[in-house]
Amino acid sequence: MVLNRKVAFIDLSKGKVVTRDIPLELRKKHLGGRGLNWYYIYNNVSPDVKPFDPENLFVVGAGLLTGMPMLGTGRTQISTKSPMTNGVGDANMGGAFGPEMRYSGFDHLVIRGRAEKPVYLFLSDGEVEIRDAKHLWGLDTHETQRAIKEEIGDERVESMVIGKAGEKRVYFANVMNGNKNAGGRGGTGAVMGSKNLKAIACRGLIDLEVSDPEKFMEYALQMNEQVLSTKWAKTLSRLGTPLLYDVSYTTGFIGTKNWQYNTPGSEGEPLEAENLQKYMIKHVACMGCSVHCRHRVKIDRGKYAGVVAEGPEYTMMGSFGTLVGCYDWDFVIKGNDECNKWGIDNLSLGAVISWAFELYQREILTEKDVGFRLQWGDQDAVLELARMIVNREGIGDILANGFIEASKKFGEGSEYYAIHVKGHPDLHTDERGVPSFALGIATSTRGADHLRSRPAIDLFQLPEDFLEKLIGYKIKSDFTAYETKGILVWWFELYFNIVDSLGVCKFQSTFNCPHCPQYDEYIPLLKYTTGMKFSKEELMQIGERNYTMERMFNILNGMGKKDDYPPARFFEEANPRGLPFMKGRKLDREKYEEMLAEYYRQHGWNDDGIPTDETLSKLEIGMPEKNFPEVE
Amino acid sequence: MKTFVIDPDKCTGCRDCEMVCSLYHEKVVNPSRSRITIIRDPLDGIELPIICMQCDEPVCVLVCPVNAIYENEHGAKIIDYTKCMGCRTCVISCPIGGALIDPVSGKTIKCDLCDGEPRCVKFCSTKAIEYLDVSIANQRIKRNTIERYLRALKSGRV
Repeated sequence: MVLNRKVAFIDLSKGKVVTRDIPLELRKKHLGGRGLNWYYIYNNVSPDVKPFDPENLFVVGAGLLTGMPMLGTGRTQISTKSPMTNGVGDANMGGAFGPEMRYSGFDHLVIRGRAEKPVYLFLSDGEVEIRDAKHLWGLDTHETQRAIKEEIGDERVESMVIGKAGEKRVYFANVMNGNKNAGGRGGTGAVMGSKNLKAIACRGLIDLEVSDPEKFMEYALQMNEQVLSTKWAKTLSRLGTPLLYDVSYTTGFIGTKNWQYNTPGSEGEPLEAENLQKYMIKHVACMGCSVHCRHRVKIDRGKYAGVVAEGPEYTMMGSFGTLVGCYDWDFVIKGNDECNKWGIDNLSLGAVISWAFELYQREILTEKDVGFRLQWGDQDAVLELARMIVNREGIGDILANGFIEASKKFGEGSEYYAIHVKGHPDLHTDERGVPSFALGIATSTRGADHLRSRPAIDLFQLPEDFLEKLIGYKIKSDFTAYETKGILVWWFELYFNIVDSLGVCKFQSTFNCPHCPQYDEYIPLLKYTTGMKFSKEELMQIGERNYTMERMFNILNGMGKKDDYPPARFFEEANPRGLPFMKGRKLDREKYEEMLAEYYRQHGWNDDGIPTDETLSKLEIGMPEKNFPEVE
Repeated sequence: MKTFVIDPDKCTGCRDCEMVCSLYHEKVVNPSRSRITIIRDPLDGIELPIICMQCDEPVCVLVCPVNAIYENEHGAKIIDYTKCMGCRTCVISCPIGGALIDPVSGKTIKCDLCDGEPRCVKFCSTKAIEYLDVSIANQRIKRNTIERYLRALKSGRV
């Protein structure tokens, strides 16, 4: 059965593994993926545990629908206490690892301890083996995966691995699978490195039984067709996420030269999505995805000739593009490929680098501090600083510890120019003009992020009766409004949690397109696969429970209302550029407070953003109770 | 008369075909039990679908020592499991890797065209695998080739 996958509790210090069934009760309360991951962490990682302590957990989870032929279900959830925020560290990775992990018999891996020497795990047909990884330490993420495949002697082995950045515990190191699939955010790769865990590999032949194969097959096809019939999917299939660039740079919500400007204007034209097409070899996809949003690309000539890579995504167009004043696809592709091999979150890396560039412009950092000059648009300087961060050389060692620690070191008001929430850097979107986006990055449990609640459909200014039908509340159509947007963000927080707990791709959800499948479609999917029956209200309740559990983890780790604000710069400086409805806009503190209060009320949290006792008991969330089994 | 037309340039490596093949034939999702195989290496940039082409003069039929493979009304070469003794001669002799061994059941398996409606084709969103009348197939193959050439011209790689 779909439901008979196991959870493995792995203690790396002791070199011992215990496997257990996942009780049906837990499925009903949390589904799987992100939901169940946080059930294990919430209960077992107490506030005194620091991110790099052996007692911190590193949890890997497959969604309840991961590894099925629809809706891009190749997803894997990776969760831990984050070195960047000291709270929720959580990343969702595409590719094919999650499905293969399921076929090998496991839905969740709960890993604690620290191996004495580098190791990797190999999961196969219900067994977990801890293997020596001395010979893999030091290899990049691609080399590591190749070496593991060769060693196991099976080309269908999938592995999630860390590169140099994870080994060096760069706070925003990530976990990689395949060419470019990243468990990008939250610093999961650094925690993996701290455990001396170089990789997790898997290969399995265990059937994933579904409760109604005939109906499921028919419905899965219908789901794929529903997604593919949307304009969103059609455009995404052709251009990938770079499609977002054309909208954001012409309108004016793309961070430029750090966040000093909100668009590069016509200077940014070379990066238009269409210009990526000439590098394309073909489109590729994650497992179970009929949309294929990524390009395989090749650089034929020039300085970076010979690079063959996958992607890049929109994130990289900020990181090695507008944020640092470089407007050259060659460089974005090259930088992207390096990041993938280093195993580092390109989004966070770009934000930290562009911050350093602005500090240099403002003479808070000097040539003496860095070793060379940081001039906007200097590709070599960007790449060299990136390399220094990954290897923790010189000033790179300070920047590798993220915004909070680095700004303490630099002082001189440098923190103001660091665009982050809870220590977690923001995507290069500029949220000043869109209150719902600003609230979303501020309240996100993993810190500033666009994939935890962003109601991207807010920008479409949909008819209000349509929105009411979708959300169940009256929502203002105007995307510059603050009123009702607390409710909109709440709805998307719950919904994205369900999407992550099912292991469905967000690009095939109601993220950027209101016509993609959502709750109403998940109900039959769950019935035909797991045989479990849920109502929409029950699924939303699970979303609320899972989300509140993450919130509680952050609260227990010392966070609260003070951490629910967008960067100060978004309140202070108005957008200097862009179309008339963007230019001159900044966030209004008073209206923001009202929106935040509305958001707290909607969740059933008190005025300080703490879930009330009534809310907790309604959601059946108690105080943490350790339940990691004995592994002697 | 129909035939498969496969264009690896359009294969994204999503493996919906493998998953749905195992679902149709074995009632479970397990890509390793699929009749269609995607040879895939994202690091070397390979996505290559392999499936039985239902040959006109099939080697598998010729070599089968117990005559277990017959042709059905759709032109599919079908294994009769009342006769098949699992000697794997067909697996070894097929020049395109069309016959294989189910790693779970141990049975020799091959594509049976799903009663004339191959499910892999239905689920392939990019049309990397199509099942077409041969006259259309001829045109499609030529078109795929010329499109590849035009793409190469446009990219300046030729």
